[in-house]
Amino acid sequence: MNAEVKMMRTAAETQYSDALAALPGAEPVRALREKALRLFAEKGLPHRRVEEWKYTDLRVLLREMAPLAGKPDAAALTEAKKIDLLGNIGAREITFVNGAFVAELSNLKGLEKGLTISTLGDALKGDATLPQFLAGLNPGKYDAVYALNTAALNEGVVIDVAPGAQITKPIHIRHIVTGTSLVSVFGRVVVKVGKKAQATIIQSHAGPDAVAYQTNTVLQLSVADDAELDIVRVQAEGDKAIHLSMMVGAIGTDSRFKSFALSTGAAVSRHTVPFAYAGRNARALISGATLLRGKQHADMTLEVDHALPGGESRELFKTVLDDESRGVFQGLIVVRPDAQKTDGRMMSAALLLGDEAEMDNKPELEIFADDVQCAHGATTGALDDDLLFYLRARGIPKKEAESLLIQSFFGEAIEHIENEKIRDAMMKRAGHWLAARG
Amino acid sequence: MALLEVKDLHARVEEKEILRGLNLTINPGEVHAIMGPNGSGKSTLSYVLAGKDDYEVTGGSATLDGEDLLELEPDERAAKGLFLAFQYPIEIPGVASMTFLRTAVNSVRKKRGEEELSTPDFLRLVRERAKELNIKDDMLKRPVNVGFSGGEKKRNEILQMALLEPKMCVLDETDSGLDIDALKIVADGVNRLRAKNRGFLVITHYQRLLDHIVPDVVHVMARGKIVRTGGPELAHELEAKGYAGYENAA
Ligand SMILES: Nc1ncnc2c1ncn2[C@@H]1O[C@H](COP(=O)(O)OP(=O)(O)OP(=O)(O)O)[C@@H](O)[C@H]1O
Ligand SMILES: [Mg+2]
Repeated sequence: MNAEVKMMRTAAETQYSDALAALPGAEPVRALREKALRLFAEKGLPHRRVEEWKYTDLRVLLREMAPLAGKPDAAALTEAKKIDLLGNIGAREITFVNGAFVAELSNLKGLEKGLTISTLGDALKGDATLPQFLAGLNPGKYDAVYALNTAALNEGVVIDVAPGAQITKPIHIRHIVTGTSLVSVFGRVVVKVGKKAQATIIQSHAGPDAVAYQTNTVLQLSVADDAELDIVRVQAEGDKAIHLSMMVGAIGTDSRFKSFALSTGAAVSRHTVPFAYAGRNARALISGATLLRGKQHADMTLEVDHALPGGESRELFKTVLDDESRGVFQGLIVVRPDAQKTDGRMMSAALLLGDEAEMDNKPELEIFADDVQCAHGATTGALDDDLLFYLRARGIPKKEAESLLIQSFFGEAIEHIENEKIRDAMMKRAGHWLAARG
Repeated sequence: MALLEVKDLHARVEEKEILRGLNLTINPGEVHAIMGPNGSGKSTLSYVLAGKDDYEVTGGSATLDGEDLLELEPDERAAKGLFLAFQYPIEIPGVASMTFLRTAVNSVRKKRGEEELSTPDFLRLVRERAKELNIKDDMLKRPVNVGFSGGEKKRNEILQMALLEPKMCVLDETDSGLDIDALKIVADGVNRLRAKNRGFLVITHYQRLLDHIVPDVVHVMARGKIVRTGGPELAHELEAKGYAGYENAA
């Protein structure tokens, strides 16, 4: 007899297995799908007794899988055309509507020398190593979101920056959900930056309010030696959506990586970042600002893995929680025995505006090398009364005084974005959030 | 009508009674000074007038131009014309000085029914006032008070006062921490604002400031009350003799 108590499969688990197994797919996608489904059948959705999912119990939060979205129709495209999250930031746009790549809303003309952008299907035809890459950077590790995303592999995009290419025009990948029916939407984005190359990628998510649609998106990165990559992510899903996402990456020797994530949307969101230093002396800044209200739940979970010497990592996360919202930050820096001279600093600060708001703030270090400099910090607090009084004594009304202080709080994370247009667009979006405070 | 009228004011903080029946009348155009030992309640008075939350008024009244101050929110008091130059101006990291000044100026203008200043008009005004107070452009590029020296913070308070054009200015030890030149700059800044419809309450420990800003009336405060009132000569007397005899007078 099996001593381990096997948990009952939930309705959602069965629905996922059935719906994804029915997806079409020739090799090599079929093999990837089957393997991911086998893993999923074995391990299922995570629940609160799985350490990394302690605060975001998917077995409870995902009771049912919404049906897979169909191809977007004309109405969907019309709706999608109206979405403009960032204004004119001079980016090249690649658009997915309800999970499907939409050529007419994408600009693949006049690609810079060294830049290749292909749909996942096309990329698989040309690149024999891609399936292995899609299977995961760390195949030994199970993550339900990743497994489901792999099982659902169908639509996606592969951005390849050839060695030495400097792509200055940002590439904006837009994931848009439309309509009023509950749908499940999956997407995979692969970004490969070759040696000494440089690129800036924006990934944004938007969808209708009041519709409990479900999205699952994985951004998979590889940054070669001496390369530079900037990632900006905007999660502005509709207010009832369940948004699951990952940014999985590995960076090479002497590379530089910067990422910023602005999250304001979804009823439930979970962003997981497994991030590996695959070379020496690599530098990365992983940052974000999460702005929550109502009963929103947002979970940001990072695992930064230093395997080789000389790496520098900075993690800076700001969470603003109004009303009864709930924020989670779990950040782990691992320094393996060979990763001497690692310099890691992780900070997560939360600002509680609502009396019923709650933050679980859990930064951690696991250090197996002896010559390293690592630190982490976490703070959770309310607005400073003395600062508020000072501003109000100068005639600034309470709400506005609060806005100034909240803005300065999240601004500290936004200001690391180097591209001025993108930085301004982020401040503006965050400003919309502030302006909507009741 | 009196500009500021404080009658039998009682206030406490954390169950401790600090103001214990304070009376004070300041008419338009007058400059009053308050001197008094440490802990006598001078800053408390200024905070209660400005509307700080931690202070609970348990009795008495305070009016500005006949209007009940104690009923108003701090920002409404500022709009009505009350200004407090803080004894310890605080740093506000992340809030740009110019954003702060502009928000403040336009907030009070709006509440006073005046038009908001355009960006060029505002910049011109700030530059002019800052120059008079020897405040460098570079300071205004930083977040509010961040990295300012003690004296720079005090000058910044006077800049804010000049920009907000209040009716009743309360200056809490604006002279402390100032070098001799800065003291002169600040005093000139205050004197420039003296006007027949504007009142000043200058809290200080030193006669020195009152050589520059000559008061009409000098009060001695001890244990939460005004215990003596006189002319400018009273400040000289205190400078010579100290507060001996006043400590228990209340
Ligand atoms: N927030 C507070 N909590 C507790 N006690 C307070 C608080 N604020 C003021 N006090 C007390 O009230 C009394 C008066 O303080 P206040 O700052 O008004 O004095 P002051 O006259 O301005 O003194 P100084 O000349 O040193 O500036 C002091 O005993 C002080 O400790
Ligand atoms: Mg004081």
